[in-house]
Amino acid sequence: MTTAFPPVTGIPARLPLDNVDTDQLIPARFMSTPRAEGYGRFLLHDMKADTPAANLPEGAQVLIAGRNFGSGSSREAAVYALVDFGIRAVLAPSFGDIFAGNAVNNGLLPARVAPEALAQIEGAVMVDLQACTIRHAGGETPFDIDPVWREKLLNGWDDIDLTASRAGEIAAYRTRRRAGAPWSIPADEQE
Amino acid sequence: MTLPRTLFDKVWAAHVVTSRADGTDLLWVDRHFVHEGSHHAFRKISERGLAVAEPGLTFGVTDHYAPTRGAPANDEIAGMIRRLSANTGTHGVRHFAMGDPRQGIVHVIGPEQGLTLPGLLIVCGDSHTSTHGAFGAIAFGIGATEVAHVLATQTIWQKRPRSMRITFTGRLSPGVTPKDMALAWIARLGADGARGHAIEYAGDAVRALSMEGRLTLCNMSIEGGGRFGMVAPDETTFAYAEGRAYAPKGADWDRAVAYWAALRTDDSATFDREEVIDAAAIAPTVTWGTSPEQALPINAAIPAATTDQIADALAYMGLTAGQPLDGLPVDQVFIGSCTNARIEDLRAAAAILRGRKARVPGLVSPGSEAVRRQAEAEGLAQVFTEAGLDWVASGCSMCVGMNGDIVAPGKRCASTTNRNFKGRQGPGARTHLMSPAMVAAAAVTGTLTDVRKLMEGRA
Repeated sequence: MTTAFPPVTGIPARLPLDNVDTDQLIPARFMSTPRAEGYGRFLLHDMKADTPAANLPEGAQVLIAGRNFGSGSSREAAVYALVDFGIRAVLAPSFGDIFAGNAVNNGLLPARVAPEALAQIEGAVMVDLQACTIRHAGGETPFDIDPVWREKLLNGWDDIDLTASRAGEIAAYRTRRRAGAPWSIPADEQE
Repeated sequence: MTLPRTLFDKVWAAHVVTSRADGTDLLWVDRHFVHEGSHHAFRKISERGLAVAEPGLTFGVTDHYAPTRGAPANDEIAGMIRRLSANTGTHGVRHFAMGDPRQGIVHVIGPEQGLTLPGLLIVCGDSHTSTHGAFGAIAFGIGATEVAHVLATQTIWQKRPRSMRITFTGRLSPGVTPKDMALAWIARLGADGARGHAIEYAGDAVRALSMEGRLTLCNMSIEGGGRFGMVAPDETTFAYAEGRAYAPKGADWDRAVAYWAALRTDDSATFDREEVIDAAAIAPTVTWGTSPEQALPINAAIPAATTDQIADALAYMGLTAGQPLDGLPVDQVFIGSCTNARIEDLRAAAAILRGRKARVPGLVSPGSEAVRRQAEAEGLAQVFTEAGLDWVASGCSMCVGMNGDIVAPGKRCASTTNRNFKGRQGPGARTHLMSPAMVAAAAVTGTLTDVRKLMEGRA
């Protein structure tokens, strides 16, 4: 079957540090750049100077990272930097909540893998979202992802498109809200 | 009979537009704040030819790139500020721009203007949106794709997070503040301690806090991994909100208060996780590393490099294991940010600085123009300038450095902000997070200092 998220293969890049936050993934000063110019060159920009592992190999599509990856700021630019560099899947013990949601909204897979299992991944990998497994020279390692996010990635769903079919329900709620909780409308907006 | 519910459950249920079989809810958004960083989202809706669905519920404010000393530092920064004006203008969204008396940091002006109220659902493309939960609102940070969705539909798809209650029992000691409560719980539970959870802060020590204090506590939720932080509304909340510009008036106000009074966790409701912390045992706390979880009481010493993680942080921070925190020289100080730049924060810092000189340079940026005016009227601004600190305009300033207010490489800054990440205050900057009173103490001595030593005979 066709899917918006076919298996990702290759030798993973490794950044084995915990709490790699979104300020590391892309320093704030680059965020005024239009996306069309590409964000890949900003990825881990300042961290490269003192952390050799932050110089990810060109062409890597999978990144193995530490606990609480993508914590901190809600900047979606952190995901743009990874995606524009070519990363399609990040394998880590845990992710910042906002980052993980942003990743899924941009077709980047945040796959949760227990630290012990991550340490056993050897050589080239194939990350299969359909089966939620990582195949590699050392065997097969399962990963976790919220089933809703899995569906969304596999189908390439876009929330604005999905919501368009709910316009009637939204209009009905709006009417109920304005009538039932008039205090929730800014004072200068009230009829 | 209805099942016992938490505060979070009640506010969430009131916002469900519709639900999917997979457990995801479409939620109505009562307030959407946008800032200069929202340019990606405005572009996304423009590309699809979409309009802003509810301009009346959307508010723009210039803060992330706001200059604090006159004109923007360069053309790129000026361009970001102009772009927000253009986008809000195109879509008919109100905008508190530079020069507007209501301008300030989004998480300071929301409450100030009465836009932030109990029982609302509030989003913004900024992770510190958890701040607004101090009113008993569900408030959370979202990414650009979600911002575009909210602009286009005034709704957001979300799966309900797990629930967590952090109860602070007892009373805070003198010199100990809500910032210390936040750093203490994050140090204990970790920078991902609340990941996947919505936090409710409870207990006597939380009840005793002013709105400013509750805002600081909820603000820091995300530093412990919690996208949501909440405090149940009470008389303190109502007294703060009443009469503010956008707050309900007359019969609407009475009706609102009647509803808000019921916004509390039912006695028999249970949480997925409970943590209890003795407020009286918390000391003034500072961070020593590059994650907010790397925090210790001021009377502690730098820990041994038992892991690569710690070794990496110590190398970046230029610190040695065993070094006492108290007495560590700093190069400069910063008082500002959505965490600690409200009037009470400035009063606390000024109480330590009054009649004293700062030994190191520093910047004081009030949380909003309204805070600036009040601080000037109360004589606080004069205390700061007489001490030798720079009193500047309001914005995110040196917390994130986007406007050009940065800490130079290798320099050590005692800061009232929320993130000690590598490079957060500028490439190579070394940040120590602490309360406003502790930053004032660091200014006076030129070192990290236990503020309690400087409090004798002062408020």
